[in-house]
Amino acid sequence: MPEAIIRVAGLGKSYLTAAGPFPALRGVDLEIEAGEFVAIMGPSGSGKSTFMNLLGCLDTPSSGDYFLVGRNAAQLGKDELAALRNLTIGFVFQGFNLLPRMTLEDNVALPLVYAGFEREARRARARLELGRVGLGDYTASLPSRISGGQQQRVAIARALVNSPRLILADEPTGNLDSHTSDEIMALFAELNREGITIVLVTHEADIAAYARRQVRFRDGLIVSDLPTPAPALAAATC
Amino acid sequence: MLKAMLGEAWHAMGANRMRTVLTMLGMVIGVGSVVLMMAIGQGAQYSVAQTISTMGSNLYILISGTTTAGGLRSGGGGGPTLTVADAEAIAELDGVANVAPVHQGTQQLVYGSNNWSATVVGTTPPYLDARAWQIVSGYPFGDSDVRSATRVALIGQTAADNLFGAEDPLGKTIRIRQSPFVIIGVLGKKGQNLDGRDQDDTLIIPLTTAQRKVFGTPFAGSVRLIMVQATSAEAMPAVEKGMTALLRQRHRLREGQDNDFYLRNLAAAADSAAETTRVMSVLLGAIASVSLLVGGIGIMNIMLVSVTERTREIGIRMAIGARQKDILAQFLLEAVMISVAGCLIGLVLGIGGALLTNLLSGMVIVISGGSVLVAFGVAAGVGVFFGYYPAHRAAALDPIEALRHQ
Ligand SMILES: Nc1ncnc2c1ncn2[C@@H]1O[C@H](COP(=O)(O)OP(=O)(O)O)[C@@H](O)[C@H]1O
Ligand SMILES: [Mg+2]
Repeated sequence: MPEAIIRVAGLGKSYLTAAGPFPALRGVDLEIEAGEFVAIMGPSGSGKSTFMNLLGCLDTPSSGDYFLVGRNAAQLGKDELAALRNLTIGFVFQGFNLLPRMTLEDNVALPLVYAGFEREARRARARLELGRVGLGDYTASLPSRISGGQQQRVAIARALVNSPRLILADEPTGNLDSHTSDEIMALFAELNREGITIVLVTHEADIAAYARRQVRFRDGLIVSDLPTPAPALAAATC
Repeated sequence: MLKAMLGEAWHAMGANRMRTVLTMLGMVIGVGSVVLMMAIGQGAQYSVAQTISTMGSNLYILISGTTTAGGLRSGGGGGPTLTVADAEAIAELDGVANVAPVHQGTQQLVYGSNNWSATVVGTTPPYLDARAWQIVSGYPFGDSDVRSATRVALIGQTAADNLFGAEDPLGKTIRIRQSPFVIIGVLGKKGQNLDGRDQDDTLIIPLTTAQRKVFGTPFAGSVRLIMVQATSAEAMPAVEKGMTALLRQRHRLREGQDNDFYLRNLAAAADSAAETTRVMSVLLGAIASVSLLVGGIGIMNIMLVSVTERTREIGIRMAIGARQKDILAQFLLEAVMISVAGCLIGLVLGIGGALLTNLLSGMVIVISGGSVLVAFGVAAGVGVFFGYYPAHRAAALDPIEALRHQ
């Protein structure tokens, strides 16, 4: 059995609030193998985003352990965590989070700047990824000039540009209509077929249906962890 | 990497053009005023140095007091205390290079129908050596002219221009108080002295002639001034001591009695004038530097605002792999670019202002590569110094906190 790409044990996270510490995660155990496509589900406030931010090394847990590609996140320095975010993980946000003053090409190329690529290599890679998400004709546009669905495609292109092993997506279709959502999900399914591990948060069943495994959160705990029942995946993508 | 960051910094500066320009303005004014003030200060230093070099080196001037009767100072009716014999005695002292008794005053010079009033200096030949004054045409007068009180004169450039215009003064005869004087030499140009008086507005004649024909002093043999030149700066203290002792002895002054002459050290006066302008120059620079400081604080202020405004952007950058040092470099570079761009504009305006000052007021200005380099270095330093804190704040942001911002 290969080493899990994600392994968390007893993971807890408390936020300091005016009313004292609030436990958003209360001991989560989970393993995700390379190549999996996992949907994280659960009601609002159940701790999904908190969990994703920990997986993405954007935040640090209050308790428990997190091993990413076999490395203990707690023992990594800030630069090492930045390198993981840059090279190993691609993050896709609900609100797209593109830089508004940069062209789409520059947005997509930004992770390559931090990876130390030369300008020509950056341009070529960025164009390639934009083409892959169907926006090859928009390289010089600004984010404000394109639709939400297109912006999310750009964000996915940016997440992909450093060839990460893992894509983390927190409600990537939350701001999109259902048709656009299906397009985005089809894109994720395709990336997963190419071997990229995908963990995405959604509270919509038909979105979760694209995944092959569904993990359900409630009040900071995992309450169920099951394979997707009816594989809508096949019907939707083939 | 650096190129990408430069491009981004350029972009960020362009994104809020008005604000960038206003921030830059602080630097522009700061650097501009430093350059302008240094140009004026160094110009002043230069012209003082220039003046000092025309004065003659290692000079003392002995100035007569007035004779006293029965130990009491008479109100002013007395004659000068210094004499030509004093001058001759001083000339024998060790370390003395030149001694020239001087009797000078303002007189009306007449040539044909032209009138001009100039300083007439009656003196002896060593005067020209002591003042390092060249003759540009003709010849100086000699000791025999002094002995026989001939009516010959050396004329300064300003006096010559005003009396003779385009004519060659050599060989011409002018009149002072009806006495005719033949111009036998024309003096080289010297410009202003430390007091701002035009040294070229002058006529130099033999001492004896001056006393007898021009000033008509009733005290023959006595002089108002004696100019003494030491052989070197090192010899000056000994010469000063020797002169004082000699004069006190010759004037029979008892111990405890005041000197009946004044001694002015021109070298010291020159040093203090140079020092004064140097201090003024430093002061001007210091005052101008304050505006540079204010400009720097302006940059810091705007960079802090910018960091706060762009917190979310910083979070996004961190989420896609920016390290702390990448964020630090980004904001530092922006601050340095603003200050260096402001510096370049300030340099141009400062130099332009200095040239304009020169054009409008005739003030001497000196723009040295050094002052330009200093201004540039300081501007870059200000950018780094005042940009560092905001950039550090940006880099120290927690990724998730930054992403949650707004
Ligand atoms: N920064 C924070 N400070 C305090 N409480 C927070 C913070 N972020 C989230 N929470 C709380 O933690 C719980 C889980 O939040 P979150 O992980 O965002 O849930 P989900 O994404 O499943 O909706 C919620 O009750 C939320 O109010
Ligand atoms: Mg959430």
